[in-house]
Order: sequence, then structure tokens, then C-alpha cells
Amino acid sequence: MADTAIHAPADHGHDGLDDHGGGHGHHTSLGLSNNKLAMWLFLGSECLLFGGLISTYMLYRGRVAKGPTPDQVYDIPFTSVSSFVLLMSSLTMVLAVTSAKRRDERNTRLWLVVTALLGATFVGGQVYEFTAFYREGMGFTTSLFSSSFFTLTGFHGVHVTVGIIMLMALNGIMGRNRVVGDKAEVVELVGLYWHFVDIIWIIIFTLVYLIPA
Amino acid sequence: MDSAVETHGEHEEVHYEEHHSDLYYVKIALFLAAITGAEVVWSYQNVPALFLPVLFVMMAVKFVVVVLFFMHLRFDHKLFSFLFWSGLVLALGVYIATLSTMKFFTK
Repeated sequence: MADTAIHAPADHGHDGLDDHGGGHGHHTSLGLSNNKLAMWLFLGSECLLFGGLISTYMLYRGRVAKGPTPDQVYDIPFTSVSSFVLLMSSLTMVLAVTSAKRRDERNTRLWLVVTALLGATFVGGQVYEFTAFYREGMGFTTSLFSSSFFTLTGFHGVHVTVGIIMLMALNGIMGRNRVVGDKAEVVELVGLYWHFVDIIWIIIFTLVYLIPA
Repeated sequence: MDSAVETHGEHEEVHYEEHHSDLYYVKIALFLAAITGAEVVWSYQNVPALFLPVLFVMMAVKFVVVVLFFMHLRFDHKLFSFLFWSGLVLALGVYIATLSTMKFFTK
């Protein structure tokens, strides 16, 4: 099932330019991409950020002095659909990465736009959910539960929004053929960020929405 | 499945790449969607003893599948795995200790 190919240095010139129309980024002494190393390091550190926010929510989710409780406001079927949309955006993102590795720029850009649209749908759903909660009397400062809920899901929503901006910016830069370095690697880096946002939601969906307070 | 190892001259620059068909990723996405559906159905069941363990297992499976296959960590250099998993383990350790201090698990 697996084919192994070894590309000799002749495939990529020593001037650092490759067939993707740009130069490779700097590499570590291990031969690994510095950019990719930095992205993984960043994602590892992001685990600590979201760990703190999730822990705070877990501590405070039962602390409702006034306003609605989690069970009264959560709409599980609606959030399940949102989760499905974000999950499918991970599929379209990985299809963009594989298209980029095949040097199929047209499909790469198509999948990037589809991913951004799915992400925008998710954020739209989150805005709708926040609005509905506010109308039901759950504001940011209503209770410890509401504060920790809005902070956690709001931070995640901001991450998704940043991801959408990255996707659209990459699509625009690719359209103008101004990608610096290896295009496939740049798409992969944006993809890593996007998948990270998805795995954080996998945790939030279970811990926040599916487990009753 | 198709893997490529690229070497670039005296730098010993090595890329670990796995090339899979689109269908391969579609199948993984369908598997993840099925688990999500199962999670939602399970959340409406009244099985006190198994409720949390089963939900945690399904969540962990989804998490690991996305990291290993969509983020290609399974096929990439081990240093990337080390960076990510060490961050995650550190976060889990720190916050489990914090929650324990707050008597979260004993209430």
C-alpha cells in the first residue's frame, strides 16, 4: 500500500528554490522546517491556554447564583450540527493540503474557500447561540458559569475567525502568486492551525455541552 | 498510500510525507462524523456508571484520529509529536493538579 520515493538534491536546486515557485524556508540542523517546528511548538503551548479556560469552566459551570443554568440554555441538536460543520471543515482543509502537495492550485484554492465558508458557518452559529443565550437572560456577567462559558467558547470562536482570515488571506496570496517559500508547506501550516481549532472544539463539545453540570 | 522521503544534499534535510487519496480522508471524516453522532445519542442515555467513561473514550478517539491522520502527526517527524504531546500532557498535568487542589474531583 505504501510507496516510498526518495528525491535526491537534484530535484530542488541548491539555491533553495523549488518547483512550488518559491524558496524553501529555513531548516533546522535536523533538516526539519523551522516554520513547521514553530507551528507545532505554538500548538503545544495553545494546549495550555485552552487547558486553563476549560478547567475554569469545569470549576464554575455549576456556579449559577442567578440567570439560567447550563441545562436550561444549551441546544444540543443545534450545537451538534455546528460541530459536524467544523468537523467537515477539517476534511476540506486536509483536501486542500493534499491538493497543494499534488501542486493542484485550482483545487487547493477551492478547498481553502470551502473550508473558510464552513468555518464562517460555524462562527455564525456561535453568534446565533450567544444571541439566543443573551435573550434568555444569560449575559457575560450574569454568573460565574456564564462568564466562564462565554470566555471559553468566545476564545475558541476568535481562533476560528483568525483561521478564516488566514484561509482567505492565503487564498488571495495564492491568487496573486505571491506565496513566499513552499506553497504546500504554507497550506499545511494553515491546515495545522485549523485542525487544532477543530480538536479543541471536540473537547469543548463533549465537556461543555454533552456532560451535564 | 504513498510516502516520500526527501533528502537535500549535505544538510540531510529530510521530509516525511505521506500521500493518501482523497477517499482515504473522506472515510476518516465519515468515521469521525459517526462517532459524533454516537456521542450525541449517548448523551441522551441514562447509564450513570458508563456515561462519562464512554463519552471520554469517544472524545479521545476523535481527538487522536484528527491529530494523527488529518494533522499527519503519525507520518511526520517524531520531534513534532514530542512538541505537541508534551504540551498536551503538561496542560493535562497542570490542570488536573489545579482542579484537584480546588477539590473538583471530590465534590
